[in-house]
Amino acid sequence: MNIESFLIMRHELMLTLAAVLMLIAELSFGKSEKSRIIPLAIFIFGAVTAVGFLPAPTGSLFGGMYQTSALIILMKNILNLGVFIVCLQSASWLKLPVNQDKGSEYFLLMISTLIGMNFMISAGDFLMFYLGLELATIPLTALAAYETYKMKSAESGIKLILSASLSSGITLFGISMIYGTTGSIYFNEVAPLITGDNLQVLGFLFFFTGLAFKISIVPFHLWTADVYEGAPVNITSYLSVVSKAAALFILIILMFTVFNALEVVATKVVYVTAILTMTVGNLFAIRQQNLKRFLAFSSIAQAGFIFLGVIGGPGLGITSVIYFILIYVFSNLGAFGVIAVISGKTGKENIPDYNGLYLTNPKLSLVMMLSLFSLAGIPPVAGFFGKFFLFAAAAQQGYYILVLIAVANAVISLYYYLLVVKAMFINKSEQPIEPIHSDGFARVGMVLCVLGMVVIGFASIIFDYIETLSRQL
Amino acid sequence: MEFGYTIWIALIPFLAFLITGLAGHRMKPMVSGLIGTVGIGIATLLSYVAAHQYFFGVGKVDGVYQKIIGYKMEWLRFSETLAIDMGVLLDPISVMMLVVITTVSLMVHIYSLGYMAGEKGFARFYAFLGLFSFSMLGLVVATNIFQMYIFWELVGVSSYLLIGFYYNKPSAVAASKKAFIVTRFADFGFLVGILLLSYITGTFDFVLLTDPEGAAITQGSGIAFMGLSVMTWSLILVFMGGAGKSAMFPLHIWLPDAMEGPTPVSALIHAATMVVAGVFLVARLFPVFALSAPAGLEIVAIMGAFTSLFAAVIACTQNDIKRILAYSTMSQIGYMMLALGVSGYGGADGLGYMASMFHLFTHAMFKALLFLGAGAIIHAVHSNFISDMGGLRKYMPVTHITFLIACLAIAGIPPFAGFFSKDEILVAAYQNHMLYFLVEYIVAGLTAFYMFRLYYGVFWGKEKTYEHAPHEAPASMTIPLIILAIGSATTGFIPFQKLVTSDGMAFDIHFHWNIALPSIGIAIAGILLATAFYRKGSDMPDKIAAGLGGLYRAAYRKFYIDEVYQFITKKIIFNLISRPIAWFDRQIVDGSMNGIAYITNMVSAGMKDLQSGQLQQYAFVLVSGVLILVLSLVYLMNN
Repeated sequence: MNIESFLIMRHELMLTLAAVLMLIAELSFGKSEKSRIIPLAIFIFGAVTAVGFLPAPTGSLFGGMYQTSALIILMKNILNLGVFIVCLQSASWLKLPVNQDKGSEYFLLMISTLIGMNFMISAGDFLMFYLGLELATIPLTALAAYETYKMKSAESGIKLILSASLSSGITLFGISMIYGTTGSIYFNEVAPLITGDNLQVLGFLFFFTGLAFKISIVPFHLWTADVYEGAPVNITSYLSVVSKAAALFILIILMFTVFNALEVVATKVVYVTAILTMTVGNLFAIRQQNLKRFLAFSSIAQAGFIFLGVIGGPGLGITSVIYFILIYVFSNLGAFGVIAVISGKTGKENIPDYNGLYLTNPKLSLVMMLSLFSLAGIPPVAGFFGKFFLFAAAAQQGYYILVLIAVANAVISLYYYLLVVKAMFINKSEQPIEPIHSDGFARVGMVLCVLGMVVIGFASIIFDYIETLSRQL
Repeated sequence: MEFGYTIWIALIPFLAFLITGLAGHRMKPMVSGLIGTVGIGIATLLSYVAAHQYFFGVGKVDGVYQKIIGYKMEWLRFSETLAIDMGVLLDPISVMMLVVITTVSLMVHIYSLGYMAGEKGFARFYAFLGLFSFSMLGLVVATNIFQMYIFWELVGVSSYLLIGFYYNKPSAVAASKKAFIVTRFADFGFLVGILLLSYITGTFDFVLLTDPEGAAITQGSGIAFMGLSVMTWSLILVFMGGAGKSAMFPLHIWLPDAMEGPTPVSALIHAATMVVAGVFLVARLFPVFALSAPAGLEIVAIMGAFTSLFAAVIACTQNDIKRILAYSTMSQIGYMMLALGVSGYGGADGLGYMASMFHLFTHAMFKALLFLGAGAIIHAVHSNFISDMGGLRKYMPVTHITFLIACLAIAGIPPFAGFFSKDEILVAAYQNHMLYFLVEYIVAGLTAFYMFRLYYGVFWGKEKTYEHAPHEAPASMTIPLIILAIGSATTGFIPFQKLVTSDGMAFDIHFHWNIALPSIGIAIAGILLATAFYRKGSDMPDKIAAGLGGLYRAAYRKFYIDEVYQFITKKIIFNLISRPIAWFDRQIVDGSMNGIAYITNMVSAGMKDLQSGQLQQYAFVLVSGVLILVLSLVYLMNN
């Protein structure tokens, strides 16, 4: 192994470098210059994201603890994109006087969790996976509690760390059972030794629970609403998009490699939890008035839809999951971007507050509408194509009843997404939200989201590219 | 690819639409107008270059004009064999249409700079004009019938937008809705026709579809249904779409109302371009019509003949200047349809086809001129009704002269353009069936009569008292008039038989004095009659109208076709079909949906307590969730 092989870890190394730069900036910038950290950080992160798209070497490192492939690099790039948009959307919020001194802290924590997620996806054994998972989780709880001056934010952080440690414990328990039955923690050594005896099934289920917790799969979802509501808007969007995406990525990788032999069990679990998740997520979402909570539950329901792709098997299944997540990143972040702008300026977060928004803020309303349409899966926005392929993947495997239930749930979700659109465009309001001028960063973020939602649906080349990569898994 | 640039002919107006549509409200109105005008100007130049290159250069191979694919990309692939392309197909008719559309559109763009000046929504107007030009150009260059259908609908939409341009005027809104619904209804037939046609022939592609030796024509007639082959049925359905857009009886009712739109729009859409889309459609599929569905062609001829007579009679009784022109347009399109319907395929048999395209071309010139002239008149006197006009020749000399040229052209007086094309149509009709000839012969007389009734009523007759003295239109409006007048006077000399023929081969035509002389005779008779009645103003017309009694009233009320539609839709369809369906929808469908929604809501409310905010409870649910999963799965695995 020579020094160049470290380039295989280019994504992680660059992020680490960015994190170190944040620390240096914090130390070297004077008190009055602190606000300049924000554009600097966004610039650095933008550069990291852009470099990530350059062709990179693939292979494995440290005796197989770390591995990467073109597909994994694509996943990391999707995560980078998501975090980049979140950073753009955070700028104006970070400039608030209460947060001004903590800008570098925010980016440092954000980048740290991202490094953790990258290691988690790139893991070659359970140890690396677990380290990555924890590295992703702990800074996140700090982020959730970022607004220390707000009770709700603190509550959100504490709830996240307590539930996360519980789920980590269960995951570790599962991993130890698998180690116990196979005598190895390396994925490639474990895979052939999975025979499907009861202890391994138990191990798998415990392991699955840990990831299901991250993805907010019912019945492991209860933390979601409270944490999402209490955390700052940008952290909520991060939690609901990036952190969820990372967990889904590693889940599909492991399901079709290490646990391939447990397919019978895995599909049953996924089948049941998919139905539960879609239905419960939707039923709760209908009743929400707070937009953050609303999107929290709707994102639970979305995770249920994504499970249709997970059950769709390798090939089309994996492709549809990655494709959907890519679209979901843009759609959900688009919606959260609008909420962040409005909540940042006015503090209003409830659906009735949005009555008549179109008259005062037509552009924001349009972005919001596109995002909600995309989430609901209305053509021609990309979300439609994403959902279509998920359903197609499940139907291809013969799960017609599941698809039928999913379609019914899609209709329910349509109702509550359109409720928000109706509030913005049709409902009248005595005191509508006054016209808001969002800052440049947030605008760039929203433009990226809109572009993503429009382009990805029509550019079949993207789907084809993901499909070629997925076939190589 | 040497014709690759032709894609820009359609795309440039689209770009102009995007720019003026998205940023128009930020610019000065005139700027957006100029962007649109310059854009269509470039497109016009390009299409002239393309026409020159095609007709006098590479288009002709061994004496036959080829079908050339200028540009093509695959847009949607359904299966190995079925894909939809987007592209540019160049052949004599599409190149000719490019010239017609861009020319008229350019004239309208320039004209509107003056006509629409100061109107609210000026930029919006130009954006819509750009969209319309794009759609129409995309329609005529379509390489396959599906692309054509897409642009066909786009044309419908942009026409809807333009008719309803004055959206705070209820009559304009109603008219735009009417136009959209009627043509959309016809397009339903078109779509079914397309599906049938592609089902029996296995292709969407025009080149394959219209190849006289191709499989589509030689083998694809399909089984018979109600005495006609499936091929014939599909073409009749396709023609239904064409009849809707081209305002053929009985789908014509939207066209007179569409005159609610701004007058330049009427000139562009409802005179020169969109309304001839139906004629173009039949011409595009002509080999299929002529070689494998002659019965379909017969229907085209009958519809054309009837509409031309029907509309001409109504035109004689109307008072609204734009409506007269609208009925005259219907009548002239009837001519074109008839010419297609009586034509054969190949060589001199294709005289009707050539005549139809010829008339389409010349008609576009003089009808656009008439509408733009009418616009100048309306602009001057602020009224649409002939009764409010009179003696305008002194005030508006340019408009007067150009209008007169257009009237002479449409009446068929040599050497103006209309004479030549109409003469060819009459010859073609004569060679096919005497009845067609007679009908068209009468229509020629009626046309001359009602056009000169209009002419004298506006420019001669008794001078009315005007609020303020009418004055000549500004240069931006008169220049297009003059250009189009030159076109109306000269385009008759274009040798169409050498350029645009049914099979791409040139043929010779002989001048038929035995037809030309009587047709000039009846035109002059019509003009003289109009002169006697309306030049000075006399009470003869009223007496005759009174003498005709019911017949006149029927024609004045447009033969009550609108009332028939009203009766059918309101009394029959609404009561017998819609009401029961509405009841079923409201009670049964909505009822069950409401029931589901109610249950969903109840369940949702019932579950609310699960989300308590208590972390202990969350942990409990999490752990018990795992345990339930484990237990149930282990149980399942072991059984």
